[in-house]
Amino acid sequence: MIWNEHYECMEREELLKLQGQRVKEMVKRVYDMVPFYRKKLQTEGIEPGDIKGIEDLQKLPFTTKQDLRDNYPFGLFAVPQPDIVRFHASSGTTGKPTVVGYTHNDIQMWSEVVARSLTMAGVTKADIIQVAYGYGLFTGGLGLHYGAEKVGASVVPISGGNTKKQLQLIEDFGSTVLACTPSYAAFIGESLVEEKIDPRKIKLKSGVFGAEPWTQEMRVQIEQVLGIKAYDIYGLTEIIGPGVSMECQFQRGMHIFEDHFIPEIINPDTGEVLPYGELGELVFTPATKEAMPLIRYRTRDLTRLHAEKCECGRTLVRMEKCVGRSDDMLIIRGVNVFPSQVESVLLEMSETKPHYLIVVDRENNLDTMEIQVEIEEEFFSDEVKELEGLRHRIKANISSTLGISATIRLVEPGTIERSMGKAKRVIDKRNL
Amino acid sequence: MIIKQLSVFLENKTGRLTELTGILADNDINISAFSIADTADYGILRMIVGRPELAAQVLKEKGFTVKVTDVVGMIIPHSPGGLHKALQIISDHNVAIEYMYAFASGECKATVVIRAESLQKIIDVLQEHKMELLKEGDVIQI
Repeated sequence: MIWNEHYECMEREELLKLQGQRVKEMVKRVYDMVPFYRKKLQTEGIEPGDIKGIEDLQKLPFTTKQDLRDNYPFGLFAVPQPDIVRFHASSGTTGKPTVVGYTHNDIQMWSEVVARSLTMAGVTKADIIQVAYGYGLFTGGLGLHYGAEKVGASVVPISGGNTKKQLQLIEDFGSTVLACTPSYAAFIGESLVEEKIDPRKIKLKSGVFGAEPWTQEMRVQIEQVLGIKAYDIYGLTEIIGPGVSMECQFQRGMHIFEDHFIPEIINPDTGEVLPYGELGELVFTPATKEAMPLIRYRTRDLTRLHAEKCECGRTLVRMEKCVGRSDDMLIIRGVNVFPSQVESVLLEMSETKPHYLIVVDRENNLDTMEIQVEIEEEFFSDEVKELEGLRHRIKANISSTLGISATIRLVEPGTIERSMGKAKRVIDKRNL
Repeated sequence: MIIKQLSVFLENKTGRLTELTGILADNDINISAFSIADTADYGILRMIVGRPELAAQVLKEKGFTVKVTDVVGMIIPHSPGGLHKALQIISDHNVAIEYMYAFASGECKATVVIRAESLQKIIDVLQEHKMELLKEGDVIQI
């Protein structure tokens, strides 16, 4: 099943023409409405009239996460605030979140691409979809929710957590589709076994999993324990949220909804555009977004694009699972975490210095984060209650800044390895 | 009447305490008493040693996190009710104890090391009740 055959199966030549038209209009729009972009284009000596088609996209400068931070919170909006109907946010690099706005039309477009994604996973109006992504500033919950309603499926907006209830509703409501992070899906699967629920009594048939990296082994494991077919969905808050790309039933990469999100692969060091098939950094131009269109946004995700027509009939390019990042961002339980955020928390506290090590692991398919913090001699107290108090203050500050909790371990000064004068900040044991 | 205690932050790692005792042995520093307050991840070692300032210095040089803390050493009879009598005096005067540990020295006496929020108050109270206190010069002998 294809939700929107017109756009998903468009001849590539026609699609490129459409993209060119949309980029052209967008550049004119941001030039008029966003002072940041007007200045940036003027500095580069580019007039909106210079952009005539998709081949001119390369002439435009990149947008980075730093630009979003510099323009916090609404500086990159291309519409007046009364036209905004929703905000979402993800964690930024230094404590301030990355904020995105949506107009009514943006929400419609987002619902459309999520509807296309769900259709790829075989979801129809006959399905009961349990949305166990978090609802809130995080785009996962509401993104899936609106798309599922657009398809006409019956939505169970349970949000994340409360696994007992998840199991109860899977069983009692007869949910047929589960949407959440892959690690939570695996956890639900394990709980199902633990609670000795008869797998024949549940009706789940497919899962829409994303927001964090996962492996093929994990996919097999989830599929077996839940008795479903598991699909990978990709997205990022800056572009729209989930639904930027999605796997079809042939699962040979994720189809990018290119009529809205124009992809490029670049060499992260030089910025040079690379041909299809080569590994590089993924860049998106969400040309149809009204509230916050971005020019060539650098995702920092490393992947390859493939443009050959898929067996499913779609002509949209497919992106491989991301193989890594060109920056130091970690994705932990679906939440973006930058080591610099931990650093800023420790710097803000008078009793700590930013000597830390983040250890990320996966236990029973759930990500764990431990932050080792070196104890400072001047703040060393020989009373356990003082040290435990410090540990709890660090824990609370980390959790409020990062949006996820971490285990804090106090360690002796000098024990965190410093190589070449620069400390190693992250040990990721997850093998993703 | 105040004596110096060494407090050391120790990660729960095999061999870490042995490393510390080795350094003290190499520097000819005697440990008269010690206790460890432990949590899941780390411990706080508290020790009464001869020449505490030197001990602190050599341990710091070897990368240990060390603090010199003031404590009181109270000498009590090594017999039933000895500790109770002393504690009764302290609690009657409403003095809060942060932590304490004890060791017996010889057949008839025991020493209790006490850390309290107000050390002076505890000293005053104990002296008022004619309790024997450890003096700094006594440490090397015990």
